[in-house]
Amino acid sequence: MGYTLVYTQVLEFFPYLIRGAVISLQIAILAFFGGMFFGLIFATIRTFGNKLMNNMVIWYVTFFTNTPQLVQIYFLFFALPEFGILLSPFIAVLLGMTLNAAAYLCEIQRAGFLSIRQNELDAAKTLNFTLIQQVKYVILPHIMKVLFPPLSNHYIIMTLGTSMAAIFGVEELTGRAFNINSETFRSVEIFSLTALVYIVITFMATFLLALIGRYFFKAKMRIIQ
Amino acid sequence: MERLLEEIPSFFTIWNIIFLGKAMGVTFLLTAIGCLVGFSVGGLLAVFRKTKSLVLLPLRFFIIIYTEIFRRIPFLVSLLLMFYVFQILKISDNLFLIATITVCLIATAYIGEIIRSGIESINQTQWDAAEAMNFSYFQILKEVIFPQAWKVILPPAFSFFIMFIKDTALASQIGVMELTFAAKILNNKGFSPLLSFGTILVLYFILSFPLDRFGKYMEKKLVTNRN
Amino acid sequence: MSQIEIKSLNAYYDKLHVLKDINLNVEKGEIVSLIGPSGSGKSSLLKMLVGLLTPKSGEVSLNNNPLNYTNKSDLRTIREQIAIVFQQYNLFQNMNVLKNVCIAPTKIQKRNQKEVEEQAVALLEKVGLKDKLKSYPDELSGGQQQRVAIARALCLNPEILLLDEVTSALDPELVQEVLDSIRILASEGMTMLIVSHEMSFVKEVSSRVVFMDNGSIIEINEPKIIFDNPKEKRTLDFVGKILKDK
Repeated sequence: MGYTLVYTQVLEFFPYLIRGAVISLQIAILAFFGGMFFGLIFATIRTFGNKLMNNMVIWYVTFFTNTPQLVQIYFLFFALPEFGILLSPFIAVLLGMTLNAAAYLCEIQRAGFLSIRQNELDAAKTLNFTLIQQVKYVILPHIMKVLFPPLSNHYIIMTLGTSMAAIFGVEELTGRAFNINSETFRSVEIFSLTALVYIVITFMATFLLALIGRYFFKAKMRIIQ
Repeated sequence: MERLLEEIPSFFTIWNIIFLGKAMGVTFLLTAIGCLVGFSVGGLLAVFRKTKSLVLLPLRFFIIIYTEIFRRIPFLVSLLLMFYVFQILKISDNLFLIATITVCLIATAYIGEIIRSGIESINQTQWDAAEAMNFSYFQILKEVIFPQAWKVILPPAFSFFIMFIKDTALASQIGVMELTFAAKILNNKGFSPLLSFGTILVLYFILSFPLDRFGKYMEKKLVTNRN
Repeated sequence: MSQIEIKSLNAYYDKLHVLKDINLNVEKGEIVSLIGPSGSGKSSLLKMLVGLLTPKSGEVSLNNNPLNYTNKSDLRTIREQIAIVFQQYNLFQNMNVLKNVCIAPTKIQKRNQKEVEEQAVALLEKVGLKDKLKSYPDELSGGQQQRVAIARALCLNPEILLLDEVTSALDPELVQEVLDSIRILASEGMTMLIVSHEMSFVKEVSSRVVFMDNGSIIEINEPKIIFDNPKEKRTLDFVGKILKDK
């Protein structure tokens, strides 16, 4: 039996789909900055903290980087109620992605801290920079330049990662694709369109990030190699 | 808490343990096959992407498009798309097959990029010197580039392998009997989600952590090997 | 009949016009040095000769045979007659010194392995590195690597040797050993095109010096004239600045 691809039936849902993409981006951005915040704290602990806290962070990072994000969210959503903590799907996904991101972004930022070259600090000291000036003119610009590419890359990964929110019923891009699918049953059309939207938004993100990276942080980044 | 402790013996029955073991095997198999194919085909893609002849331009174009697409679609969406394509075209209803093919396609795109990066990391003069001595493109790759590039390729490729183990969790959504799906089954059977998902988290950890350590050890050895 | 004849040659790197209407003849056994500021096209000229930069227009002939740089079999012929040594990263890092020297003659030129090895050892002895046969490039100093690169080029039995700033990337104390090796070759009658910033060396070994600027040949003459009494103002400016630093 033949099957013809009928995209017209599906295209009328396009605006609905795009609004879902906006929600995907919201999740990604919130989780990313949440992860950056905690990741920064953890990275600081790892670099400067005492042995006990250092080890706690190591355990945290090791756990979250060696288990799948999907299962982490499953745990938060299904297991926490056993302790009386009921999370909405959106919050569970957001929390799971944030906790996960914190682990990876901790490692990325820690690498940034470690990349400070002693020479640069010495040069700044001999020029009589105060600590604050050292941070502002030497350390921070260098760190931003080093960190921007891997952080951007992880952000893109997280954007794609938001699609698992659909599994928990969140109506972001993939979630809405599920909904449209159950109404029209035009599965291949829907999911190929959804795939296309992901491709477009990641290209846009890569492009924007490359521009920002080049002009603000002097980090040379390519869009397509 | 007591309920949890009561459940443990009925959770860890021989049947369940074997069940989980098989699921773990499926997870590992999906990852391993994906990465093996990804390495071979991805390697080919990388090699042909760097050719210069006009004749191969359409091939290069195809490789670039293919790589960008599969690296910019979420794993879940790729799986679902493949699932429905198979369904529509009535190719097969073997879920493991569908998942394996998807996994291979995705890994090829990612590992292909890693290999290409490795090739590009070799200084241009090495290419020029060989070309000026009449080496053909493939001879240069075989005699000069790959013997040097593999050290740059191996660490990120291995990293990818470890990350991929976690990505296969998404295959649970099309019904493949891997670890995450096993957790869902056990949860649906009535076991506490804490036990079900908690155990699965531990099992993923057991799979991933030793490999991660090995990867770090291997990376250290490669760095000291260089001098 | 010149060994190398270049007529009205133009070449581009993407949109950049790197070689503008180049005319140059090189006789057999001549040592021609190319000098000029960075970006003047000196290295591009060498790369063009060995087929790493395809000319857009113009003619190149070797021993009176015009050659087509877009033709694969012509390229092969060209590379059998011309060998090049680059500024750095010449040696294949994954092979030891002996293999580096032998690989092209055995694998590409398909010569007899034993014969190639004998020649390789003799050449390495000539550049003073016979005891480093089994060493790997990362165990050698920059100067040693460059000398091996020269031996490797010679093992191809070329008629013409191109040296592209071969001492520019070296620490000063390692430059002389490489220049000594080149002096030996010069005295043996090898046709050479040398791009270099070592002006006293250039003045000493060259039969003619070519001054290039901005992709064009400005002046070609004997070293004495180029350095002491150049005909063109641009040559005078360049030479004046260079010799002031020395």
